Amino acid sequence: MLRVEGLYSGYGRIEALHGIDIDVREGEIVALIGANGAGKTTLLMTICGNPRASAGRVTLAGEDITGLPTHLIARRGLAHSPEGRRIFPRMSVLENLRMGASIADPRHFKDDLDRVLGLFPRLGERLDQRGGTLSGGEQQMLAIGRALMSRPRLLLLDEPSLGLAPLVVRQIFEIIATINREQGVTVLLVEQNAFHALSLAHRAHVMVTGRIALSGSGAELLNNPEIRAHYLDGGAGGGAVSTS
Amino acid sequence: MAAALSPPLIRSAALAAVVAALLALPLMGVRLVDSSSGLSLAGRPDLVAWAAGGVFCGRLLIDLFRRWIADFSIRLPLPPPPPDWTRFAVGWGLALFALVLPFLPFADRNLVDKATMVLIYIMLGWGLNIVVGLAGLLDLGFVAFYAVGAYSYALLSLTFGLSFWVCLPLAGLFAAVFGIALGFPVLRLRGDYLAIVTLGFGEIIRIVLQNWQDLTGGPIGISGIERPSLFGLSFKAVPPEGQTSFAEFFGLDYSADHRVIFLYFLILILALATNLFTLRIRRLPVGRAWEALREDEIACRSLGINPTTIKLSAFALGAMFAGFAGSFFATRQGFISPESFTFIESAMILAIVVLGGMGSQIGIVLAALLLVGLPEWFRDLQMYRMLAFGAAMVLIMLWKPSGLLSSRAPTIRLGGRA
Ligand SMILES: Nc1ncnc2c1ncn2[C@@H]1O[C@H](COP(=O)(O)OP(=O)(O)OP(=O)(O)O)[C@@H](O)[C@H]1O
Ligand SMILES: [Mg+2]
Repeated sequence: MLRVEGLYSGYGRIEALHGIDIDVREGEIVALIGANGAGKTTLLMTICGNPRASAGRVTLAGEDITGLPTHLIARRGLAHSPEGRRIFPRMSVLENLRMGASIADPRHFKDDLDRVLGLFPRLGERLDQRGGTLSGGEQQMLAIGRALMSRPRLLLLDEPSLGLAPLVVRQIFEIIATINREQGVTVLLVEQNAFHALSLAHRAHVMVTGRIALSGSGAELLNNPEIRAHYLDGGAGGGAVSTS
Repeated sequence: MAAALSPPLIRSAALAAVVAALLALPLMGVRLVDSSSGLSLAGRPDLVAWAAGGVFCGRLLIDLFRRWIADFSIRLPLPPPPPDWTRFAVGWGLALFALVLPFLPFADRNLVDKATMVLIYIMLGWGLNIVVGLAGLLDLGFVAFYAVGAYSYALLSLTFGLSFWVCLPLAGLFAAVFGIALGFPVLRLRGDYLAIVTLGFGEIIRIVLQNWQDLTGGPIGISGIERPSLFGLSFKAVPPEGQTSFAEFFGLDYSADHRVIFLYFLILILALATNLFTLRIRRLPVGRAWEALREDEIACRSLGINPTTIKLSAFALGAMFAGFAGSFFATRQGFISPESFTFIESAMILAIVVLGGMGSQIGIVLAALLLVGLPEWFRDLQMYRMLAFGAAMVLIMLWKPSGLLSSRAPTIRLGGRA
């Protein structure tokens, strides 16, 4: 579905990605974990065309999308729920969801809305509330719900559990699993919460300072002692996983 | 309010007074006197004392006022946004009032004339609201499109003899093209940078009008612009060859008031059309995208929205309405010159939008009445008029920092109109 080959990218002179290769197959959940500043957000943003890749290739379902502007990439069925949620704070929940359906056929709106509200009943109770007055967890639900309104084939999620209570984190991850299982949406998930992400994911990659340091199935990585030490068990994280 | 006069308040007021005194010393504190030994300087400590004292009291009052408002808002729960029917009622009430205004007993020619002026600014405010209020693009050169509309009408009408009704859409179109021309280079700019470039654009247009003598008549302007007619009925005392006059047609005695009232209704219709257009487009995908773009451009892109077309459409449509208003202005005055299109006009329109509450249609009406209407009526105050204007602005910003009406109605509700 999504294939990233030898991707280099950065901000101005600063290079943040030094040759990334990953691929996400249809129907999979792939997790991407790594310390702060490893370049996870940059990777998702570069896949979406902003910043532009300085070298390498991104293909979506066989089509080369490297260098396309962001909105055209979105129209090819790739939805991105960016870091920090980025909902529209002054607009109502319903308006936010309607914005998510901007590129979808307006005739599907009602069905898509019912589907998303089925996943997030909390949003259904708050349709007229302003986005900015939702709780953090509700905002995250709105960000995911909004991304789903365009009927994407591939969903990129950047830290959906950021700042949420453990119970809500579990809910969010259950919903991601549901989206993947029942609606057949392929998911590329960036997470700090490595335990949940690795339990959920079919496959996972570990990123260290702009490179993929380790790859494997979710279960493999969960049991990998190095991963356990650095990303689970309250380890210090850092860039200590060797690149070898 | 008991413990209100606390030391920090007095200290801040005293500090302001000292600054005022320092400023007043060179500005007001000395004057030249003509004495027998030639010119000499005399001190005027009383004026400096007045300035410092005035600032001290003013500062104190403002602080107390602020505290009082803060107390108030802590004690009271936030008021819920007004229900839709009040918006509806107020909107239609104002529209009805505007419709019957010229026929009310106290409405003389002077009042209708001033109401026309206010309506021009309301229409300009509604046009700029698309750009600034909805799309969030700070435009300091809006008057340029007003000027393009006015000159388009004047030149088309004088050169080709086209009627107002033919020129009106053309003027709107030209203004929209200029809107796009401004939009392209500033697509990547936001905030302060955008404001500076649009400010420059406004000045460029004015300076071109001033210097392109052959076309625009330069600083002298264009006079003898054709006045509008109602389906070919002229409003002149002696209609031109082959035309009937309005008074003759309806069997009325000729009165100059007819034209004044006609112009009033003309701008009323144009303004209402602008309003209905905005209310409608807010509920369409383009309009909603304007507001979303104001909130978060990155999120918009990732939802598949092309910011380029959305921004350009806001610039073009806002400019189009300014173009309509401009041609109305030209036909009403019969004379235009670059002097009518200075930066101060842009600032005024922007002030109306900002004080009205950035995006609120009724707020803009209130702000236009306050900023354009009141000063017109208080011309008797003469030199204190601008002082009153400034004071009104400061008071609004203190009392309602986010504008007169800052609540926003959602553009879509479940089960409602989409
Ligand atoms: N806009 C920017 N301009 C310059 N440098 C940036 C910018 N955004 C990110 N960087 C740098 O790029 C590197 C990768 O950042 P990125 O946001 O991708 O990390 P991350 O893995 O998402 O971290 P986190 O887990 O904290 O979100 C960091 O060194 C960061 O400082
Ligand atoms: Mg990140």
